[in-house]
Amino acid sequence: MFDAPKFAETKVTNNDIKIAARKVQVYYGDTHAIKDVDVDILDKTVTAFIGPSGCGKSTFLRCINRMNDTIDICRVMGDILIDGEDIYDKKVDPVQLRAKVGMVFQKPNPFPKSIYDNVAYGPRIHGLARTKADLDEIVEKSLRRAALWNEAKDRLDQPGTGLSGGQQQRLCIARAVATSPEVLLMDEPCSALDPIATAQVEELIDELRQEFSVVIVTHSMQQAARVSQKTAFFHLGHLVEFGDTGQIFTNPKDERTESYITGRIG
Amino acid sequence: MSTGYITLIVLGLCGLGFFLGRARALATSRATGKKLHSLPNYYGQAVALFTAVPALLLMLAWLFLQPLMIEGRIGGMIPDSVIPEGGAKSLVMADVRRIADGLDALMVAGHMSESDLDAMRADFTDVRNRLGNVGVALGSDVPVPVFEAAKELRKSQNSGRFLMTIAVLGLAGALLVWSWVRVHPDQRARNASETFVLSLLIGASLVAILTTFGIVASLLFETINFFKMYPAADFFFSTVWNPQFRGGSDLGILPLLWGTLYVSFLALLVAVPLGLMIAIYLAEYASKPLRAIAKPAIEVLAGIPTIVYGLFALITVGPFLRDYIASPLGLGTSSSSVLTAGLVMGIMLIPFVSSLSDDIINAVPQSMRDGSYGLGATKSETIKQVILPAALPGVVGAILLAASRAIGETMIVVMGAGAAAKLGLNPFEAMTTITVKIVSQLTGDTEFASPETLVAFALGLTLFVFTLGLNVIALVIVRKYREQYE
Repeated sequence: MFDAPKFAETKVTNNDIKIAARKVQVYYGDTHAIKDVDVDILDKTVTAFIGPSGCGKSTFLRCINRMNDTIDICRVMGDILIDGEDIYDKKVDPVQLRAKVGMVFQKPNPFPKSIYDNVAYGPRIHGLARTKADLDEIVEKSLRRAALWNEAKDRLDQPGTGLSGGQQQRLCIARAVATSPEVLLMDEPCSALDPIATAQVEELIDELRQEFSVVIVTHSMQQAARVSQKTAFFHLGHLVEFGDTGQIFTNPKDERTESYITGRIG
Repeated sequence: MSTGYITLIVLGLCGLGFFLGRARALATSRATGKKLHSLPNYYGQAVALFTAVPALLLMLAWLFLQPLMIEGRIGGMIPDSVIPEGGAKSLVMADVRRIADGLDALMVAGHMSESDLDAMRADFTDVRNRLGNVGVALGSDVPVPVFEAAKELRKSQNSGRFLMTIAVLGLAGALLVWSWVRVHPDQRARNASETFVLSLLIGASLVAILTTFGIVASLLFETINFFKMYPAADFFFSTVWNPQFRGGSDLGILPLLWGTLYVSFLALLVAVPLGLMIAIYLAEYASKPLRAIAKPAIEVLAGIPTIVYGLFALITVGPFLRDYIASPLGLGTSSSSVLTAGLVMGIMLIPFVSSLSDDIINAVPQSMRDGSYGLGATKSETIKQVILPAALPGVVGAILLAASRAIGETMIVVMGAGAAAKLGLNPFEAMTTITVKIVSQLTGDTEFASPETLVAFALGLTLFVFTLGLNVIALVIVRKYREQYE
């Protein structure tokens, strides 16, 4: 049922807290989707959110860059601090915040534009490049970081929708990376990909850890074990357990966590 | 027997067939102990369809072909001597038909019997007077061959009708029995009746397609006649439109084409920006309850008859433009102007653009918006840079549909832009379009077989080709758009 997990080899070397959440509550209309979540996410670390469907892990992820603001009926309470600054403060412009906290979605969603324009989209709207040469450089750097440069360099002017699924997802990662975010949120980035593309994206996530704090929501426990250093287990809107990935998978403290990772609930 | 009664009887047989077929399916299943292949209703349906459809089709074909055959034969009975000088045979045939109808009326009124009618002779009886008594007025006395032809026509019609009754009812009955006998538990009644429905659906779509071909063919036929009388080069390249009753007209399409394009262009200039902005507001900004009210309210504009728009152009917009803009600027004194028609037509087209574009913008996947917001784009940046480009092909399709609507519009132009065919740039001048001239050429007093009348068909065909081209382009673009997200 559950293969012996291969844990990410690098241990956590960094203890700076990037994101701190305190007593976060989320309501969709009358539904209480997230209950009292406290969590500290470290810088330059991959944190995985796992849990059964509907447990609130994606909802919580979307709180971190205020994507839930685009849903009318959604209300968020509690504090989420990035670098000690409350992102739900009235002074914070969600648009600016999202440039700092990039997001990659479940399904690859390249814009119906050329590969180049897809990557250049963020830098252009935020004015990150003064000249065409600057922009070219940002695009190339982002595509290299997303491990897509070699495949895409000869077809930058072709539509991004013409790439394969795995390539499209890496293009979306390149697009998110291009605005030089500090945090990268990934909402089940591999669920629409085949195993080979998944392996490529996972490898990429491990490299991205050098520069960003990465938070990934995943349904696959093996994936969480492979890519993350920290794991949070959500169940029915509660954060049940949060700790080092190795500890969560080998020696869970809560019996619900144990039931989930051994396949009894979920 | 009249067609109405025949239809009713066939439908009655059809209903009977349904119950008989169903009952027999159940009975044979019980008797043989075999499970039915299909539900009992399908057996009934199969019998009913076999009973009704071929019989009704036969009746339709008969009703269509019988007059053609009979009139061909009767037409041969009329000698050239009775055709008046300068008249046409078709006029005499019309008389024949009216006399035949009149004779029927005489019989119904009870003035005579079938044998009296056989004995009746045009040279001995005052036919004109007697027919006049039952309400059939004839212009002159009836010549003998015409009266004989009318009697023959009446007889053939009656016997034809009688034969048709027998044939249709016979076919319905025979097929009812045949399909009833065929009912058997192994029969694949469900498949059979579904195939039947399928062919019915194909037939329905064929009707639409064949009608298009029919329209083109009828236009094409008369257009060819026109070009036999009037040189095609003059029609397509002459810049003068000046039809004369006495012949020697100049029938150049260019001033009309120019008027059509000018008015349509102005209309689109009004409708496209307004419609697009409405669509963006409705699709991206408006709250759900507001949208639920605003969208139908805007679509009301599409339901207003164009003649009402025409009145609005004639009594409100036209004089307003003349009094407040054209006269003070010294640009014209006419209350009918291209601009009037363009403005009003633009208003009419707003819902075409806004409604279709709204649907298309809504069809852009939410993931596109999420992707853009997730990169820190604002709402208007997202709309400008992601949603509109993604929706553009569909929006272009909507605009082209509105354009073909504008090109075909007649009433607003007649009342707004006038009827003067002119090549000019001043939007405050009266001009006219192809459609308006088609109407005026066909409703004139000129002889049908003259170039002045037939030009209407050439104009119509040109317009048809034009809008067909636009529609094809629109379809191609819309199809391309569909491929993008699948």
